[in-house]
Amino acid sequence: MNIRNSKYNNALIKYQQRINDAAVEDMVLNMGPQHPSTHGVLRLELITDGEIVKEVIPHIGYLHRCFEKHAESLTYQQTIPFTDRLDYLASMNNSHAWVMGVEKMLGIDKDIPKRIEYIRVLVCELNRIASHLIAIGTYGIDIGAFTPFLWCFRDREHIMGMLEWASGSRMLYNYIWVGGLFYDLPVGFEERCREFVDYFKPKMVELNQLLTDNQIFISRTANVGVLPMDVAINCGCSGPVLRGSGLKYDLRRIDNYSAYPELEFDIPVGKGLMGTVGDCWDRYKVRVDEIQESLKIVEQCLDRLQKELKRTPEFDPRAKLPRKLTPKVQDYYARCEGAKGELGFYFIHNNERSEIPFRSKVRGPSFNNLSVLPELGKGVMIADLIAIIGSLDFVLGEVDR
Amino acid sequence: MSFDDIKLLLTQKFGDDVITGEERTGMQPALLINPNHIVEVCLELRNNPKTYFDFLSCLTGVDYGEEAGRFGVVYHLSSIPYHLQLTLKISRENDRSEDNLPSFPSIVSVYRTADWHEREAYDLVGIFFEGHPDLRRILLPDDWEGYPLRKDYKAAEYYKGIKVD
Repeated sequence: MNIRNSKYNNALIKYQQRINDAAVEDMVLNMGPQHPSTHGVLRLELITDGEIVKEVIPHIGYLHRCFEKHAESLTYQQTIPFTDRLDYLASMNNSHAWVMGVEKMLGIDKDIPKRIEYIRVLVCELNRIASHLIAIGTYGIDIGAFTPFLWCFRDREHIMGMLEWASGSRMLYNYIWVGGLFYDLPVGFEERCREFVDYFKPKMVELNQLLTDNQIFISRTANVGVLPMDVAINCGCSGPVLRGSGLKYDLRRIDNYSAYPELEFDIPVGKGLMGTVGDCWDRYKVRVDEIQESLKIVEQCLDRLQKELKRTPEFDPRAKLPRKLTPKVQDYYARCEGAKGELGFYFIHNNERSEIPFRSKVRGPSFNNLSVLPELGKGVMIADLIAIIGSLDFVLGEVDR
Repeated sequence: MSFDDIKLLLTQKFGDDVITGEERTGMQPALLINPNHIVEVCLELRNNPKTYFDFLSCLTGVDYGEEAGRFGVVYHLSSIPYHLQLTLKISRENDRSEDNLPSFPSIVSVYRTADWHEREAYDLVGIFFEGHPDLRRILLPDDWEGYPLRKDYKAAEYYKGIKVD
């Protein structure tokens, strides 16, 4: 490889040396990029001694599209479809975070009508359920349980159908706009959503019987990949990974944004029921419990949307859209609880008349959660590494951006 | 603890030359820190029982444009026990040549989150972090030329002999 700038390449030379040295006595094993259990195009370079992983070196960037460069050349509104493509399993949460940041900068965050806030929370929570269903289903398939995967995808399909009905698209919605929404919910959405909740609740009981309390599943995940709380915080883990380590930390409660302060829900944390606090089973269980909590939120939103915040003919979800998205000169770091953890957008806006940020940076939860993998993967069996990867539940679209 | 209390705490501990200024224009005030002291400041903010900024939310490398000729790093700290947020900024004037990257101390020893974030800043903005354990490119290939998030970056016409449209 022809590499310039040798002054700054010491780390690269050191890394190549390490791989060459390891190849003499240990085995260097490439897992991915096209490996189903790496959940996308993630390449892990494993230095193994027999069946034991001595070191994990993740290589990311196969899906890199430079979102931040795009965001620097497009207006705030035009970037919303790009934010959908970050964590493409929970697009609503991404655009919600982006939109809230821009609204805060514009100073219009208090003027958003209640109905819009509740619709936003409703679709975000539906999307969170869909994202967690994928996490659970693919986690099952990673360690050999095929049926939960099909069940989860079957139930997720209902959510996809509903969100498609609302926004016109199955995965990448572009539904939440700065100051409002693309469209109001279609007539009959609330009823159909309630039907789904009633249908889905017993399915979760079935899923728990099939997977959560399954002895084989517990043996594969309990006491595996234990992530202590202090390491989790220091490595920047957030969301279900951090809560799996036993810390009750959820930005929906800490920051109290959008309609969340008016809604009742608990924050599930890992308790170490099957093994140690912070093991793979705990992280998995937190997601299962979060689905239940999200269902609670969905029901409360539906109650409000069908009673005091009812659809009226005059209601226009685009009424508050600002004509020009020109915030004052400022820096702002907006954060919210995405499906995978703390999703942050950092904006630098340096021109009063411009609609384009000078710099925007994404703090992706998957990126940070994945960076703990070399720590967790030290000294485990190769089969356990699969269980650890699945329990972190990252999306490569967000890791690589 | 308010922003001013934190500022007072830092000046009492390290003297006046650590904080070079502050920005209060936006909703989130920021402290401008002397780049040479950023590691001590972060360590103090993390370990002090009054602040406990134990979580590094975000680390951003910034190119302030060709006229300014400055490069900087922005840290967003958050304190889980006290629900506080704090923005720290360091910056330095530097030219734009590839043989002389702007260089800042690495804070990986304080927050391990910074590991990949600093690699990303090195990769995309071209900021070198002294003392980083493994500063390789992270998102782009190792033989990539240039730093895409710099304001003067021009996309290459060819990549490994293949025409880029």
